[in-house]
Amino acid sequence: MPDARNLDAEAISGGVHHALKHDSAHKHVTGEAVYVDDIPAPANLLHLAAGQSTRAHAKILSMDLSIVRQAPGVVAVLTAEDIPGENDVGPVIHDDPVFAEKIVEFIGQSLFAVAAETREEARRAALLARIEYEDLEPVLSVEDALAQGNFVLPDHVIRRGDSKAALDRSKHRLSGSLHVGGQDHFYLEGMVSLALPAEDGDVQIWCSTQHPSEVQHNVARVLGRPSNAVTVDVRRMGGGFGGKETQSALFAAIAALTAVRTGRPAKFCVDRDDDMIMTGKRHDFRIDYDVGFDDDGRIEAVDFMQASRCGMSADLSGAISDRAMFHADNAYYLNDVTITSHRCKTNTVSNTAFRGFGGPQGMVGIERVIDEVAFALGKDPLEVRKLNLYGGEGRNITPYSMTVEDNVLPEIIEELEQSSDYARRRAEIRAFNASSPVMKKGISLTPVKFGISFSTKHLNQAGALIHIYADGSVHLNHGGTEMGQGLYIKVAQIVAEELQIDLERIKISAASTGKVPNTSATAASSGTDLNGKAAQAAARTIRERLVAFAAARYDVKPSEVLFHANKVRIGPQTITFDELIGQAYLARVSLSSTGFYKTPKIFYDRETASGRPFYYFAYGAAVSEVMIDSLTGEHKLLRVDILHDVGRSINPAIDLGQIEGGFIQGYGWLTSEELFWDETGRLRTHAPSTYKIPACSDRPEDFRMKLLESGWNREDVIHRSKAVGEPPLMLAISAFLALSDAVASVADYRIRPDLDAPATPERVLMAVERLRREAEGGAQTGAAQ
Amino acid sequence: MTGTAPASGASGKTDTLRFLLGDEVRELKNLDPTVTVLQYLRETEGRCGTKEGCAEGDCGACSIVIAELDDDRKLTYRAVNACIQFLPTLHGKQLITVEDLKPGKQDGGNAQGLHPVQQAMVDCHGSQCGFCTPGIVMSLFAMFHDKTSANDRGAINDALAGNLCRCTGYGPIVKAAQRMRSYGMRDQFDARAEATVETLAGLAGAETLVVKQGARRFFAPTTADQLAGLVIAYPDACILAGGTDVGLWVTKQHQILETVIYTGDVAELHRIEETPEDIRIGAAATYVEAQDALAREYPDFGELIRRLGSVQIRNSGTVGGNIANASPIGDSAPVLLATGARLILRRGGERRRLPLDQFFHAYRETDLTPGEFLESILVPRRDPATKLRCYKITKRFDQDISAICAAFAIELEENTVKAIRTGFGGMAAIPKRASACEAALIGKAWTRENIDAAMDALDSDFSPMSDMRASSDYRRTLARNLLLKFFLETSGADGETRLVGDKDLAHA
Repeated sequence: MPDARNLDAEAISGGVHHALKHDSAHKHVTGEAVYVDDIPAPANLLHLAAGQSTRAHAKILSMDLSIVRQAPGVVAVLTAEDIPGENDVGPVIHDDPVFAEKIVEFIGQSLFAVAAETREEARRAALLARIEYEDLEPVLSVEDALAQGNFVLPDHVIRRGDSKAALDRSKHRLSGSLHVGGQDHFYLEGMVSLALPAEDGDVQIWCSTQHPSEVQHNVARVLGRPSNAVTVDVRRMGGGFGGKETQSALFAAIAALTAVRTGRPAKFCVDRDDDMIMTGKRHDFRIDYDVGFDDDGRIEAVDFMQASRCGMSADLSGAISDRAMFHADNAYYLNDVTITSHRCKTNTVSNTAFRGFGGPQGMVGIERVIDEVAFALGKDPLEVRKLNLYGGEGRNITPYSMTVEDNVLPEIIEELEQSSDYARRRAEIRAFNASSPVMKKGISLTPVKFGISFSTKHLNQAGALIHIYADGSVHLNHGGTEMGQGLYIKVAQIVAEELQIDLERIKISAASTGKVPNTSATAASSGTDLNGKAAQAAARTIRERLVAFAAARYDVKPSEVLFHANKVRIGPQTITFDELIGQAYLARVSLSSTGFYKTPKIFYDRETASGRPFYYFAYGAAVSEVMIDSLTGEHKLLRVDILHDVGRSINPAIDLGQIEGGFIQGYGWLTSEELFWDETGRLRTHAPSTYKIPACSDRPEDFRMKLLESGWNREDVIHRSKAVGEPPLMLAISAFLALSDAVASVADYRIRPDLDAPATPERVLMAVERLRREAEGGAQTGAAQ
Repeated sequence: MTGTAPASGASGKTDTLRFLLGDEVRELKNLDPTVTVLQYLRETEGRCGTKEGCAEGDCGACSIVIAELDDDRKLTYRAVNACIQFLPTLHGKQLITVEDLKPGKQDGGNAQGLHPVQQAMVDCHGSQCGFCTPGIVMSLFAMFHDKTSANDRGAINDALAGNLCRCTGYGPIVKAAQRMRSYGMRDQFDARAEATVETLAGLAGAETLVVKQGARRFFAPTTADQLAGLVIAYPDACILAGGTDVGLWVTKQHQILETVIYTGDVAELHRIEETPEDIRIGAAATYVEAQDALAREYPDFGELIRRLGSVQIRNSGTVGGNIANASPIGDSAPVLLATGARLILRRGGERRRLPLDQFFHAYRETDLTPGEFLESILVPRRDPATKLRCYKITKRFDQDISAICAAFAIELEENTVKAIRTGFGGMAAIPKRASACEAALIGKAWTRENIDAAMDALDSDFSPMSDMRASSDYRRTLARNLLLKFFLETSGADGETRLVGDKDLAHA
């Protein structure tokens, strides 16, 4: 038995606040990590492909599938008529058919499915259908939808004060408009589902999804069966980023339907091009603004009109558009403000969740406004940013009436401004630009304040299930899914800490609807906050049982039973954790428990557009420096400095990975990732050959990133950490505005650059050319004072 | 390892595809001639470590390494995309996948049993979702075995340009690349090199590989004469070089190719020969094989090749394929037009020479007649007075198809344009010279005034289209501005003009 005196000096390996490796790292690098398409094929496996609409908006006059049925290898062709339950996989409103009937609403919409002996046979056959359409007028842009009043959901308005009157009163006023493009998720692993028929018409599904419970519920609805007939397992995804929150359900439903109808296992492994054509993306937005401000640049009033392109159905567009509104302020106090949101219906694929969930688009709007205000006054935008930050009493209430209690941005910005040498570099850049005719540099510092919690209140709950086996080894399960973000290692660290055992004793297991029911999507950056607390609760329950047992068995007070470093001190003696477990088992103590958590304090009243939709805010700031080629519009990110608040980090290595990855993903969204639809509504950028996410050389040579050392969540979030999944994406707005700064230099900072996103080389060059023309023409159109 | 001597038939043909998978010999007959290496690995071998991310050679998740013998009987290790590589192209080679990297018990290895590349990736937090990771590991493994490669940021960026990662932002992967050699400079492949060389040398002979399934055939001749005979015999066959385009006909367009004639096993067509007049590039020479000779002669051509595709694409793709394919957006045609390159076209035993600017007739239509094929490309040696620049404009610097690609070559005599040749891709249905622009400059002084006139002349040379890569307006503006950039770079103007690559090339 170990010497109790040394107990305190020992520690478990793998508790919280340690920079541990991803739990699957060694399996990733050896190719041993199993993704859905890697599961050994069951006998008789059928492969699936979907027949797709080739029209953006049309009536289906007839559908001749006879050639498809006769194609080599084809075993079954399924249409809406084969669906025993409801022909729908919509997550909120039931407007997302599995197979279109009578009418098609976007190019790529699924019409039927082909099940064949091989993947190639299924894909080839799916192209053979003869479909007669009668074209209807398609609505393809936000502008058309606004003009025609074509919306998927009603408008929503958040209002404080009288912005109209305040705008009229303001000494300075300017208005403008910008387009912010959408973004494909480009998870490296495409959509995939494998369904195995089971007894009683039940079905077991392995699916690459962030939302196993919703897949389960939707599949049950399609099959016309209760939810308990469907089990969904998710061990890991090859990336999700929001794209696998609702969008996986279609493919899972088709696989399940096929399995049930044919009695054979069925796999739908979606080709990359089909994935990009058939699944939703980040919403592109048009944002109009009208702002009034004083001589210093203090914003007195602002009107925002946000129009989001939702595509053909509602999907999650309501909550996404809401979040865009909740982030129309970003980090700034807006006194008199009106934010109007239109949720536009278009004949394009239904847009969906994507890291940031509308927040990034809302934030780009206000950051553009701040730049314009600074531009109009000839000030450094950073000065205007600092002036407008949320402050104390009277300047700490958001447009939706939530008090900002935890603002650490003044501290973050001050530290970052110093550490990045912002002022000196800005002056050097101005000097460089004056002497460099072709190459121009730009710089920008932007902050992020991001609200943490699902804005839909009931989603803020989580469950976990922990078993301790008689040998002391632990099985951990919770409702969260692993898509690379490191959730599973973080939750395991939390349980290791709670039970005071080495991380190696804990088996991480796949999310399964059979173990934890009614889970929320792993989304909204909430994975660790929710599932970490739920798992901690489960571990705590078992620990409390063990304390009671040990106190009784060894006749000590419960307070004298202490778990520490794989051992348990029980009064004067110490035994190992495994010994205690063995004894507890023999004494018939339950060694399994669920755990549950729900986020406190949050509410939102839609009628009054006010409340506290967020438990807390996550903060960060970044400085980006760029260089553009003013002859071609090509550009390069030269240096990035980031200071980000993750509270007290559960795992600093994982958190830094999220920050860096999030930044680069945001940088791609705002620069190279352009979604291009042609005039018929066909997406022409549906593969990596045409859709360009950042590559290795796009990462700046000089990338400096730091966690805020004093970070500490003032709310009782798991181990005082803060959510990290989404907020860093928005740090990349600094790169976008640095590009805008560089463009402005070609007209000596006198004309507004009005750069839209993504700032592709084409948009940058066209802006440069326009500014040069206007500067030559002597136009002074920019300074709107 | 078992060294099996190939059965050398009197007919000079073999119907058995032989290659090494790791260190095991595979001998296959009667296979689908266009089955991809990725399909074979995942579906037949059950090696699921290699992933499909896009099935078009653009994401790198399927990266594998092919080892083969060079002229000195040394092993070279090349990363390629398994998703668009047809299996019969592996004849006589070693296929290495991520499953082969973990050293076995007999190999020693480090504590966790990982290869230095794998261990570095783990220690640097180089994976998040892990799906791109096997491909990245294989690209780094190829880099690990390229003993000449530098370890600086530029070399690492180039080595990883064909591997997309959506999670990490690449920083940890770059760190792993910098660190991998600190875990050991040699691995089990080095230790076994001698035996591997022996096995590979005995694996495939000089016979033509003929893979058949039903009526479908895949021929891999080993001499240019065999190739010429096959192209005459099967004038409708698909001539396969690197397959970086043809692969997509199968994986994306679901075409069934009846007859394929592969040029990659014809050793003489890989040759690069330098004569006093020309650099002669065999039609099967990959970009990697051609790069050094072209870069020595025309440094900016080298920079263009650095940015063309990715390591995986340049290891498979050929200059000849890029020309014969006649894509209007291929990157080698514009610069070859600017150099005044000629082609050697062969039909049976007959050869003819054709200036490249007469080769392209219309969109994807060339001067090739049935039974004829491109045998080699003659790139004129550079006159010391000639300055050549190439500009490739894309949304992303690496591995992106050009919105436009422009090349200019001038010879100045006392600041007067003695000769000028241009080449443009992405501006018309074929790669094309800008004749009005050239006419506006020939015999003129090399001044900004004359450049302005030539920029206007460019407008009459081209009416470019709008598509997802660029609008017509942008393409026009770029063409003009690139001529201006060429002028700035060749007239001693002040200031930088390049964002990436070796910036000295602007003023070479």
